[in-house]
Amino acid sequence: MAGVTLKAVRKTYQGGVDAVKGVSFDVPDGAFCVLVGPSGCGKSTLLRMVAGLERITSGDIAIGQRVVNEIEPADRDIAMVFQNYALYPHMNVYDNIAYGLKNRKTPKDEIDRRVRDAAKILAIEPLLDRKPRQLSGGQRQRVAMGRAIVRKPQVFLFDEPLSNLDAKLRVQMRVEIKKLQKTFGVTAIYVTHDQVEAMTMSDILVVMNAGEVEQIGTPTEIYRHPATRFVATFIGSPPMNLVPGTMQADGSVKVGAAHFHLPPHDFLPGRSVELGLRPEDIVIGGADNAFDMKIEFIEELGATQLVYGLLGGAQLIVQVPSGSIGNAGGTLSLGIAADRLHVFDPATGRRAV
Amino acid sequence: MDKRTVFNNRWLPLLLLLPQLAITLVFFYWPASQAVWSSFRIEDAFGTSTEFVGLENYQVLFANPAYYKAMGTTLIFSTAVTVFSLSIALLLAVMADREIKGAGVYRTLLIWPYAVAPAIAGVLWYFMFQPSLGMVARGLRGIGYDWNPLLNGNQAMVLVIVAATWKQISYNFLFFLAGLQAIPKSLIESAAIDGARPARRFWTIVFPLLSPTAFFLLVVNVVYVFFDTFGIIDAVTGGGPAKATTTLVYKVFADGRLGGDLGGSAAQSVILMIIVIALTAVQFRYVERRVNY
Repeated sequence: MAGVTLKAVRKTYQGGVDAVKGVSFDVPDGAFCVLVGPSGCGKSTLLRMVAGLERITSGDIAIGQRVVNEIEPADRDIAMVFQNYALYPHMNVYDNIAYGLKNRKTPKDEIDRRVRDAAKILAIEPLLDRKPRQLSGGQRQRVAMGRAIVRKPQVFLFDEPLSNLDAKLRVQMRVEIKKLQKTFGVTAIYVTHDQVEAMTMSDILVVMNAGEVEQIGTPTEIYRHPATRFVATFIGSPPMNLVPGTMQADGSVKVGAAHFHLPPHDFLPGRSVELGLRPEDIVIGGADNAFDMKIEFIEELGATQLVYGLLGGAQLIVQVPSGSIGNAGGTLSLGIAADRLHVFDPATGRRAV
Repeated sequence: MDKRTVFNNRWLPLLLLLPQLAITLVFFYWPASQAVWSSFRIEDAFGTSTEFVGLENYQVLFANPAYYKAMGTTLIFSTAVTVFSLSIALLLAVMADREIKGAGVYRTLLIWPYAVAPAIAGVLWYFMFQPSLGMVARGLRGIGYDWNPLLNGNQAMVLVIVAATWKQISYNFLFFLAGLQAIPKSLIESAAIDGARPARRFWTIVFPLLSPTAFFLLVVNVVYVFFDTFGIIDAVTGGGPAKATTTLVYKVFADGRLGGDLGGSAAQSVILMIIVIALTAVQFRYVERRVNY
């Protein structure tokens, strides 16, 4: 078992495109690390560099104590699950799972035992004789997982493994992958653009944007204290509301006619700021930081309602329990707790309070 | 999904098929039936009358040792050309499939020879290896090798094999390259992570996935060496020396056109036709079974 350490890892493609601009973080042994970000943010490139499928332009990647920059993928003791599963179409499920062991000259009876064990864990024993094209998406996913666990590697790498599955199966496999990883206690790095997967699966969440790490932390930390405006709007659904405001002498933020009182801080009065309010933190009739909003539009989601309105000239979405509001057109009295407010510097996008 | 189109007018589909059907009828079925018909007949020496003789042309053919010699020649020739053109093309395609500088130029250059007409290709090789004028022949003589394909049947055979192989490599290369590029990159990467070295990756992953392409090319190449190499053989050796490079298709030409034995020649082309029909049937059966690995 081993953790993974990245030190100032950089990837510059021919032609000068910086895909990854100096990324450093640690994944402790046995942790489930999720890299999340929009497409093109460099998360897949980073994963492929850990796998050894892409060369590192500069920096160091270590698995355990060993720096693996110049080591072939085969010798890094990793297993990877690809987005399209990359099952070998001409081999049956058994041979697909056994392939990595055969290449490593594992004795035949041990291969057989390990393949059957893996198949049992993943409930794909009846499928061992089938070819990949005879399997459903979920079954292929399981075979891909089988190929990874059978080798007992130091690190699992996942490159958006659930994005080809339908929504229901995705939820199911999400739970299974997480459980398997905990059972085996193997360090995992998981790339996704889906923020629900990111939140639910990770022990450590790395939010990336434009080749750089925006924030690293536990999912709760990142949700509660997003370090940048980007993280604030990327994590959470519906995304955090951002409204322009001005810092007042009494330490509050003025947005339109409303005043929002913040926890103690040392941000200078008179500065313009961006105030962040999560739709789910705003409550109807709340006493703290009360303000009024004209209801423009309502979206019914079943369990909850999304109420659209304006605050300080910017759109505001409020998430309330279903049935709270009947019609658009009225005015709604709202409030939000001070410790649920986020303040960002509009110039740098960094968190101010 | 049902991809069938339903026509309301029953004559429209026939009308649309008509040009293709007409071409097939005029240029294939008609000459083929003529060949079958003439193979049962003998023409007199002056071409003034023909006579129905049943299977006599075939009996004469199968009693003739020269026919078996041509069969042997064809076997050697077709095996050599197919093996060399397929394996060299595969090697070049694997090389060209890597990400290298100038890959586009390299690939284009490799495809060009296919645009050269067989007879022209034959003449080119003939000139290069012509014992008294050819550059390569002079080189071979220079290093003390007694090169004379005009007298030495084995050397003549080597020469037509080289010329026919050179001509066919481009075609095979094109298909192999397309086949290689159709293999998802993630399969190769996955195999690399699974601990397979490049050579093992090639034989356990790439090659099995290429096998439908390879089999298709095998059949196409066999048909090519059986028929389309006529131009090359005619230009390079004219079937000689001493019929050392007379393949079945060349013998059809030599006996019918030069020898004036239309009936015997027609019988040979009918046999060739049967061989090709058999090969195509085998191909279709095999491809149906294997194409969706």
